[in-house]
Amino acid sequence: MTAPFKAPFKNRARAALADPVLKIAIDRTTGNAERKRAAALAAFPEFETARARGRAIKDHVIAHLGHYLELFERNATARGAQVHWAADDAEARAIVTRICLAADAKLVTRAKSMLGEEIGLPHALADAGIERVETDLAEHIIQLAGEAPSHIIWPAMHRTREQVAELFKAGHQPPPAAEDPATMVQSARRVLREKFLSADIGISGANFLVADTGATCTVTNEGNAELTTTPPRIHIVTAGIEKLVPSTAHAFALLRLLVRSATGGEMTQYTTFHAGPRRPGDADGPEEMHIVLVDNGRSRMLADEFREMLRCIRCGACMNHCVVYRQIGGHAYGGTYPGPMGAVLTPVLDGLAASRDLPNACTMNGRCAEVCPVGIPLPTLLRAWRRRSWREGLEPGSLRAGIGIWAQVARRPRLYRLATRIGLPLMRLFGKGGWIARLPLAGGWTDHRDLPRPAARSFMDQYRAQQKARK
Amino acid sequence: MPGEPKPTVGLFVTCLVDAIRPQIGFATLQLLEEAGCVVEVPQAQTCCGQPALNSGDDRDAAHLARQTIAAFEGYDHVVLPSGSCAATMVHGYPELLASDPDWAARARAMAAKTHEITSFLADVMGYAPAGRRLNASATYHDSCSGLRELGVAAQPRALLSHVEGLEMRGLPGNDVCCGFGGTFCVKYSEISNAIVTEKAEAIEETGAELLLAGDLGCLMNMAGKLNRRGAKTRCFHTVEVLAGRAEGPAIGEDAP
Repeated sequence: MTAPFKAPFKNRARAALADPVLKIAIDRTTGNAERKRAAALAAFPEFETARARGRAIKDHVIAHLGHYLELFERNATARGAQVHWAADDAEARAIVTRICLAADAKLVTRAKSMLGEEIGLPHALADAGIERVETDLAEHIIQLAGEAPSHIIWPAMHRTREQVAELFKAGHQPPPAAEDPATMVQSARRVLREKFLSADIGISGANFLVADTGATCTVTNEGNAELTTTPPRIHIVTAGIEKLVPSTAHAFALLRLLVRSATGGEMTQYTTFHAGPRRPGDADGPEEMHIVLVDNGRSRMLADEFREMLRCIRCGACMNHCVVYRQIGGHAYGGTYPGPMGAVLTPVLDGLAASRDLPNACTMNGRCAEVCPVGIPLPTLLRAWRRRSWREGLEPGSLRAGIGIWAQVARRPRLYRLATRIGLPLMRLFGKGGWIARLPLAGGWTDHRDLPRPAARSFMDQYRAQQKARK
Repeated sequence: MPGEPKPTVGLFVTCLVDAIRPQIGFATLQLLEEAGCVVEVPQAQTCCGQPALNSGDDRDAAHLARQTIAAFEGYDHVVLPSGSCAATMVHGYPELLASDPDWAARARAMAAKTHEITSFLADVMGYAPAGRRLNASATYHDSCSGLRELGVAAQPRALLSHVEGLEMRGLPGNDVCCGFGGTFCVKYSEISNAIVTEKAEAIEETGAELLLAGDLGCLMNMAGKLNRRGAKTRCFHTVEVLAGRAEGPAIGEDAP
């Protein structure tokens, strides 16, 4: 999708840092998520075994993706679903729009799907003149606000409940009678219920595509996916090809990891396998079921160093535990997917030139990899993007020059000693007491914190002098 | 054991310790000798190459890796007073030089004998400081690379428990990054500042007189922020306390 003009990453980050309400919202959600995940894992002693198994399942499918895609297509087709293949986001949008227009759809309900965001589905439907109603409560909130998701599990996490009350007051007819969560949820239920029953088409994503049954699986805690996919005439699934699992048992093995890592629950409230359209004798279900399998860069990842990223089950644990995400939130990343997993995926989707800041804006502390339920080495993958960015000349000239000069000196130990002998006393001139409060060319440091004044003589010089004196 | 030759250790002091706080290097040297090692400080050392490695400049990083390996591979052990520089040698070098037929095996061999100082003292040498006293309260921050890439967590705490009079206080979020991240802290200084501000608040809330950690980069970041905020917390590298060298000036307190 052609990205709309965006301010540079640093400006977006700066704006986020200056928003105290955003910080409150981020801390509430990620803090809760961190605590609940920790509690869930404490009650799940077999986590490491489950993680190894989850990783093995994903690696197996990735290694045999072609086989499982064909198997899935065969079985889904046998159940009466129509399977479509989309090489990229534009193709995926065109397929969905074509189905909607052919069915003369006026109203489409949609259950939360990050893949839908990735392919730009909300805009495509609007462009086709189709009314879209988001049925996930958080997606409903950001639809009212006219925003994009800021987290892959809690799309409206950047909004406090106080702000949500304002949005509902303005967007619900009649407005909710009170601002307590229960009344607000009731109000959303009432507004959404009408849409569930009058929609022509329901669109969902898929948490899993089950190859041996041809079913797609959705998990929610609100039941909105069931109400999105069952009453309308047509159910469209949009899913990335990495969502494949060999069997239902494998889906459950991954679900154990996904739910605990995402919300700290043991199981989602609703876990539904959608296996084809309504059969003769079924009480309900859509007349048509379409499954759009989207590649959009995934087969390219399969062939390069980002292959391990295809393991991702979209739990959000990496961002909940990321110090950078917890300061700037999701929107500042500027892509569909934020946080560490987004910093790996966005360069795949939007190109490295437009997103080189993301893999760089990371302290490499490794907490994301530590919590990842399928063992994705996120810092290693981020470093791979940095390597590519350096190689392709995308890093700023000042940094290249700085590293280049430093490296030339560091590669010559005698010159390096000489440089410290000259540099340290010079640097000390800027100090007062033990600290340097301002240093030319070091504003990045001294704008925010003091710099300890360096030693008058380096360790190596002092050590050498001591050795000489001993002899 | 009597009669057994003492292990030789090549001490890599790290570029930050060399320039900013040599005392950490001397404390490390002292502890290694107390633990029964023969310590040498190869003159060919400069920087482990992490700034290049983290910037994606693998060519310069690999050059520094080869230079460092050549200077240190002859020792029984290579020891550093930094988890992050040690992790660069343990994980970074073998990865950087994996496809270099002349260096891959040498990088792996050196990685296998490279250690962060507190884990080396506790795990390899079975050392415990004796007769050290420091009447102070302290809190400890786990630097990320040492913690997650090398498993440095229990060792510094165990060693510090031998220092009499030292009252250790828990630091909420002790395993959360301080926002240093090498070049990150200047490239994305505003984000780094927001992170270290939270860290400084958590440190101040412990009420501890001292902040201890095992990486000078992280310490400079936290100490610099604490000082800018007017906090009175004094910051030392763990080895300074272990070596009985925390009576003098802390980081940022100028020696005469």
